[in-house]
Amino acid sequence: MSFMYDIFFYSLWPRRALLRQHHALQCLGRAVASVRLRSIATHRLPPHADEASLYVHWPYCLKRCSYCNFNKYIPRSQNHGVMTECLQKETQTLLQLSQVSRISSVFFGGGTPSLAQPSTIAAVLETVSKNAHLSDDAEVTLEVNPTPAGKASLKDFVLAGVNRFSIGIQSLNEDHLRTLGRDHNSQHALLTVSEARTLCPGRVSVDVMFALPGQSVKSWESELEKLLPVCDDHVSLYQLTLERGTQLFKQVETGELSVPGDDVTADMYKSARRVLENAGLCQYEVSSFAKNNAVSEHNIGYWRSNQYIGVGPGAHGRFVPRAVGGAQREARTQTLEPDVWIREVQRHGHGTRRRIQLDHHGLLEEVLVMGLRMNEGITQQHWELFSPEADLQQIFGMSENVQELQAGGLLILNDRGLRCSWEGLALLDSILPTMLLELETFFQSRVSAETQTFRET
Amino acid sequence: MMHLSLLRSHGLFLPFIKRCPDIKVCRIKRRSQGCVSTCTVIRHRWMKSISPVRDFSSNASEKESFDMSEFPVERIRNFSIIAHIDHGKSTLADRLLEITGAIAKTASNKQVLDKLQVERERGITVKAQTASLFYQHDGQTYLLNLIDTPGHVDFSYEVSRSISACQGVLLIVDANQGIQAQTVANFYLAFEAQLTIIPVINKIDLKNADPERVEKQIEKVFDIPREECIKISAKLGTNVDQVLREVVRRIPPPTARVDDPFTALVFDSTFDHYRGVVANIVVFGGRVSRGDRIVSAHLGKSYEVNELGVLRPDQHPTQTLYAGQVGYIISGMKEVKEAQIGDTLYLQKQPMEALPGFKPAKAMVFAGMYPMDQSDYTALRSAVEKLTLNDSSVTVQRDSSLALGAGWRLGFLGLLHMEVFNQRLEQEYNASVIITAPTVPYKAVLASAKLIKEHGDEVITIINPAHFPERSLVVKYLEPMVLGTIIAPDDFTGKIMSLCQNRRAVQKNMFYIDDHRVMMKYLFPLNEVVVDFYDQLKSMSSGYASFDYEDAGYEAAELIKMDFLLNGQPVEELAIIIHKEKAYSAGKAICERLKDSIPRQMFEIAVQAAVGSKIIARETIKAYRKNVLAKCYGGDITRKMKLLKKQAEGKKKMRRIGNIDVPKDAFINVLKRT
Repeated sequence: MSFMYDIFFYSLWPRRALLRQHHALQCLGRAVASVRLRSIATHRLPPHADEASLYVHWPYCLKRCSYCNFNKYIPRSQNHGVMTECLQKETQTLLQLSQVSRISSVFFGGGTPSLAQPSTIAAVLETVSKNAHLSDDAEVTLEVNPTPAGKASLKDFVLAGVNRFSIGIQSLNEDHLRTLGRDHNSQHALLTVSEARTLCPGRVSVDVMFALPGQSVKSWESELEKLLPVCDDHVSLYQLTLERGTQLFKQVETGELSVPGDDVTADMYKSARRVLENAGLCQYEVSSFAKNNAVSEHNIGYWRSNQYIGVGPGAHGRFVPRAVGGAQREARTQTLEPDVWIREVQRHGHGTRRRIQLDHHGLLEEVLVMGLRMNEGITQQHWELFSPEADLQQIFGMSENVQELQAGGLLILNDRGLRCSWEGLALLDSILPTMLLELETFFQSRVSAETQTFRET
Repeated sequence: MMHLSLLRSHGLFLPFIKRCPDIKVCRIKRRSQGCVSTCTVIRHRWMKSISPVRDFSSNASEKESFDMSEFPVERIRNFSIIAHIDHGKSTLADRLLEITGAIAKTASNKQVLDKLQVERERGITVKAQTASLFYQHDGQTYLLNLIDTPGHVDFSYEVSRSISACQGVLLIVDANQGIQAQTVANFYLAFEAQLTIIPVINKIDLKNADPERVEKQIEKVFDIPREECIKISAKLGTNVDQVLREVVRRIPPPTARVDDPFTALVFDSTFDHYRGVVANIVVFGGRVSRGDRIVSAHLGKSYEVNELGVLRPDQHPTQTLYAGQVGYIISGMKEVKEAQIGDTLYLQKQPMEALPGFKPAKAMVFAGMYPMDQSDYTALRSAVEKLTLNDSSVTVQRDSSLALGAGWRLGFLGLLHMEVFNQRLEQEYNASVIITAPTVPYKAVLASAKLIKEHGDEVITIINPAHFPERSLVVKYLEPMVLGTIIAPDDFTGKIMSLCQNRRAVQKNMFYIDDHRVMMKYLFPLNEVVVDFYDQLKSMSSGYASFDYEDAGYEAAELIKMDFLLNGQPVEELAIIIHKEKAYSAGKAICERLKDSIPRQMFEIAVQAAVGSKIIARETIKAYRKNVLAKCYGGDITRKMKLLKKQAEGKKKMRRIGNIDVPKDAFINVLKRT
């Protein structure tokens, strides 16, 4: 264990010289590699390296939901003071490491971040402001469990700096809520949404789930009808995924419960899209609907492949560690277990467990995968930011597979950019492997073409 | 030693054990404990040429050099034991070896001549073995050469080879089960070779034994007087000595003369890693000694005899082998094909006419074989090469499939032969393979002189459906036929008749071999029995029916080629040749299998069976309309990316037909034997 620590700690703060040496070694490798480095990787930093959004993970929950396999802990006792200090410390360390001058949005997720004390939220925001510019109207979202306690503290969270709530109501059907193991009922949910709307009008989102055990297309539609009059300007829609190791997974596996089949869930998604659109909630991403342009700026940041810094146990980040001379974006993961994470932050100032360098190709893969989640897809301008050397048409335009997807009415590639059609959005996960292969093919052909040039010169 | 690190696909091969008449599951279990050591025996035997495991009694360990001149032709008897599977052939062989002192009498002598693991597990003999026995009779020592034979007609090639070296056979029949299908088939092989047949009723110690009934069957079916039957228990040794006495008394000595010039028939050959080819021979005339220069009539090449000797059953070198004797010879042949089975050997200084040889083994069942993973191709190739060294009846042709990669099309003598080959590949070489459903060789009689000239023959053989000529180009198609023998209790006659009818079989005759048992002969298209006929016959007769078949030439048949299409695109590797009558049901069944094994995709997929341009069956795989929409928690896109890239990698490995990705598993599900 200590060995591993040494490695990551050492590698986290390498001297510039050391990094350059590393580069030089890479270049010695093969002629092909050096060509590629020269032509692609030596261009300037990935775009928007100067700003990032911030994700803060609060890992604790009061109760285990039957479907959730996310990184959360049911603590016996909790030291809010230590947690606050550590979140602040890690925020400061990583902000400094990234050298971003601006934080565009903050999202407190979990776990159940509404169990955190409002002062913790305030303290983290304070730290952000001290180390980077955080504009007054920057979006600051907090995930809220719609329990009476959660509702009561909403006002204090607003005072702490939160200006957007994302409320996990999941369902308005009592049976479903019980099956999901939620600690609230539909009455609590409605009251919480109402309170949140009063506090942050137009900036409240609700999470709802479909494909629940025992749910039919009809009951799902009536649930949506019940939701529409009370919800605000943003709805996130998720399908219940049975994750291995959860209680619900076991119940379905043993036949105690059954979930709707593929054709039924396809109908559910389709009808939800229709019902929400009719109510003026426009879909702007696979799972997201908004009216009055009340989109989630923080999430859009992910989908546009902007930088983000992840703070807290198990949080993920994507940014260039410019303070240590980094030139490439890194995919970073913080230590999962809160107690271990706390010790690491106390000792080293951060709990980064894993760092993976995203090369140019890797970054473009993410741009593609995330960008196609949006209705607008990937615009030519957006793609050009990340790939100035090859536009969408060059990479995907000649591919038979892509043409087939276009002919099938699932994908649209034109002067504006690349995006999924209405039908295609529902099949995104099936479209993406094809697109990733096309991207890979393009890169391979490019490398071999350059090797050719290299040999000739 | 081979190590293909792969899933072991036992499932592909084991069903036949169940199906194989009279192999009892309990027996397999009992023997499986010995697997590991048996395995070692085989490898040692073939790779190091000595057999260290079977340490025989004092006789063997002394390895004294026998003076074979002590055995003139009059005191030589060459014989085989033939029997239906599990009627006790190998147990009798064990007893004969014990009585004559070839091996020590211990409790552990079980099927000493069955050296292969597959033989011991299945209770069958695959590879003929030979043992020379010294037997005291009326104050004289006789040389009895026991040539063990495979019990199944799939191996009748081996049987006929063995028989050609013999003058008589012991026909073993189980006192409880009575005559079975293979008993009949084996009897006729011996009968046609005009050998002396000694019927032996075995297992008289069994509680349900009814030797009198079996005597009557033998009289009725084989026309052998019941008085000639010897009733024994090989297991307990009861009356086994009588068997030896009768061998000496009834079987004539070989008609060979030691004064003639040397000629010998090669009736078997094995490959020894260090010493080259070991040929088993029977000396038809004269004598041969170490140091002699001999010539193989087939290739005309000459060799020096480095070593020769008798098999007891392990090799005992001697100076000379004389007329009528059976033994082995090592003469610097490097390849098995130099010791062509059926070839004649003679002395270089005394050239002789070749003896009548054997018909070459004819492959009747073909199947594709592919490594589970292409990276194992090379290792599998060397395993196949090694195995075919000792089983020249397997034909090997390189083949490749767009879906399954590089592999081979193998030809086998029959189904059991195929299964045994696969099992040996697995057990002895630890290889795991995909075996496609077996097919049979069809023929076509060409219509135009031009085509005949092109092919060099009026009749062409078609193994691959891709080479199936159009109807307009041929006078007629021919399919291979077999004459099947079914023996079963008469309660099942009705069911069996309708089963056979469904298999396009024509009844040739039917008669009662005793009060309750019926023997039926049917002419079957071979294609109809190669897939699951045994299974059905066994299950409908509660395991009481036995089945065997022999080659019955070719007959004209209405054959067609059936293609399978995915969204209108033919899938080359799925095409089959089939009888017109069966097209609809087979087409429907395969379409259903395809439907079940191709995952739903973004587009609807039409799965069709087509004959020419006519669609005869169709299934539809509906397009799916939506992926699962999972929440992307807190920017954790690493997991998602990993999953997508894995899918992208998987996509690369799939076979793309039109716009459809077909996973390899789907092909395996459709092509493999069920």
